[in-house]
Amino acid sequence: MTVLEQPGSSRKKSSLAGPPPAWRPRVDPAPLLPDEEPYRLLGTDAAARLDSGLLTRLYVQLVRGRRYNAQATALTRQGRLAVYPSSTGQEACEVAAALALEDRDWLFPSYRDTLAAVARGLDPVQALTLLRGDWHNGYDPHEHRIAPLCTPLATQLPHAVGLAHAARLKGDEVVALAMVGDGGTSEGDFHEALNFAAVWQAPVVFLVQNNGFAISVPLAKQTAAPSLAHKAVGYGMPGRLVDGNDAPAMHEVLTEAVQRARRGGGPTLVEAVTYRIEAHTNADDATRYRSDTEVETWRSHDPIALLEHELTARDLLTDEFVAATRDGAEQLAAGLRERMNADPELDPMDLFTHVFAEQTGQLRAQAALLRAELDAEANGYTEDTAGADGSAEEARP
Amino acid sequence: MTTTAAPATARKPATMAQALTRALRDAMADDPSVHVMGEDVGTLGGVFRVTDGLAKEFGEDRCTDTALAEAGILGTAVGMAMYGLRPVVEMQFDAFAYPAFEQLISHVARMRNRTRGALTMPLTIRIPYGGGIGGVEHHSDSSEAYYLATPGLQVVTPATVEDAYGLLRAAIASDDPVVFLEPKRLYWSKADWSPDAPAEVAPLGRAAVRRRGSSATLITYGPSLPVCMEAAEAAGAEGWDLEVVDLRSLMPFDDDTVCASVRRTGRAVVVHESNGFGGPGGEIAARITERCFHHLEAPVLRVAGFDIPYPPPMLERHHLPGVDRILDTIARLQWESDWTEGRGA
Repeated sequence: MTVLEQPGSSRKKSSLAGPPPAWRPRVDPAPLLPDEEPYRLLGTDAAARLDSGLLTRLYVQLVRGRRYNAQATALTRQGRLAVYPSSTGQEACEVAAALALEDRDWLFPSYRDTLAAVARGLDPVQALTLLRGDWHNGYDPHEHRIAPLCTPLATQLPHAVGLAHAARLKGDEVVALAMVGDGGTSEGDFHEALNFAAVWQAPVVFLVQNNGFAISVPLAKQTAAPSLAHKAVGYGMPGRLVDGNDAPAMHEVLTEAVQRARRGGGPTLVEAVTYRIEAHTNADDATRYRSDTEVETWRSHDPIALLEHELTARDLLTDEFVAATRDGAEQLAAGLRERMNADPELDPMDLFTHVFAEQTGQLRAQAALLRAELDAEANGYTEDTAGADGSAEEARP
Repeated sequence: MTTTAAPATARKPATMAQALTRALRDAMADDPSVHVMGEDVGTLGGVFRVTDGLAKEFGEDRCTDTALAEAGILGTAVGMAMYGLRPVVEMQFDAFAYPAFEQLISHVARMRNRTRGALTMPLTIRIPYGGGIGGVEHHSDSSEAYYLATPGLQVVTPATVEDAYGLLRAAIASDDPVVFLEPKRLYWSKADWSPDAPAEVAPLGRAAVRRRGSSATLITYGPSLPVCMEAAEAAGAEGWDLEVVDLRSLMPFDDDTVCASVRRTGRAVVVHESNGFGGPGGEIAARITERCFHHLEAPVLRVAGFDIPYPPPMLERHHLPGVDRILDTIARLQWESDWTEGRGA
């Protein structure tokens, strides 16, 4: 059955001759429509086939991620972070995204996806510079192949498409995985990125974390589509609907999508149905738009608890393992706390260092002005700061 | 950038569009990482034919017809640049670039800065701009003020056939993003120019003095240069000896050439097509006033398009700065003393 033969399709057979050939829609043999229900492994018979090593790996990362989120949130209360958009409750999506990729692949995170970057190996402090405010991006994207955390919504998606396309043109089997929220799917760049990816058959995986709200606006006001995964159909790529709190299911679906892309099978859209347990950020009051009952319902579907259930059934959740995992997470948090409580050393002259490869005359003059101001500041404003060294003419921008 | 000297060959008339095509072809031949992309750039060769023949010569992977989506074109080019390519994207007409503004401003312009040099954006955004060709609405905007207002972008616009070649090569070679504004009404302007022996091209950011003069400086760029040259000739008949400075690059801005000229002539008029209020002329006039105030014999004046949305084609001649309006403005520079008694006579 093709997409256009779905029940309820408004296209009826007509006695008129068919449209000219160029009008015929592309019919892809691969199924494009997502499952009706989010794909799950935990709690189903299929869970039996899962590898225990994978389950424990996922578990360790989930626990570390939860602790990282708690520590980062605490740092906002201490004024060490300007803001922290927590991914508590969404750790399975974050961890699965990181683990589905190989070293050569690229991750394109949004501002909420620090955890995915850390799970991929990024220094936890470097992952937070944007949110701390000492610089917009604290790491070399090439080192771990992680694009800068993107603040504008969905604008990193076309970057992922372009990078994956360029890699394929160069003959490299590199896949890009780009993350976006449910709100981001309404942005124009989401559409353009998916369209380009499908037309170019670029090796890209789009991961939508549908956590229920775009700040305060619920999904029902964001889209009228049956699911966000359904959006894939219109672009000509498969859409997968997954339980975003089921870590092994997320890992399996993303890994399949990554492998498919690497083989030349083109892009996939994955919608992870999950929930943002915390508010949008510490600046948000979530009680204004959702009920405690709703939050509690989702707490009972917690990604860590779900996985613990399976590990217990396999006798893997030993006291020893739990303690070791918790200790590792505490060490991560302690290290983060200690390093984030040290004041970063900033050089104001860095403001001018990386605007252009070659400094313009205008910026040289402005840098000289700031230099003079800094020198005057260091000397306690004892002299007339303007033109004290005769450089006022030059320093004027 | 300096192009290597080639044996002198016969020079014959070439159009600006041909020079641009040649620049793209040479850049692609010299550097396999240069990729041209945009709507209609492949099979059709661009609506102005500037990319003519590139897809055939270099293949569709390097001269790519994209879907009609400017944010997608520029956004994917960002990712390509991240992977080491040098994309040259075409926005088909000035006003068609607006959907791509978020990519341009939020990412292209600041990627080097936000990553402290780890990620650079060596991409060129070609935008045919300006009026005077009878285009319908959204086909004649001069949008340079928007680009100038964005730190991190270089803004370049050629006015001659030789510069069209040289500046585009320099733009593509630049490790930073360049908004390359092509004055579309000069696409068919001709010059004796041999593509085999291109003139040396200064690095981006150097203005050129197109005409020496002593009684006032006309500062202009792109489509207004020929108008200013014509005005300078006409003014000669009335006793004005005008110097004409072609900025070539609005960012970086060549304060030195501009100020040296104004200090010499004592009077300055900025001429451009885009609207005056909030336009580049205000910035240029302010810079001149700050640096050359004691050399000025008269206020810095501007001749710009009116502060109106771009008019319909049948009225655009009234909007675009023409020779007469420039001459009328020059007359206002006379101030109180008769200029003939002073400089320039």
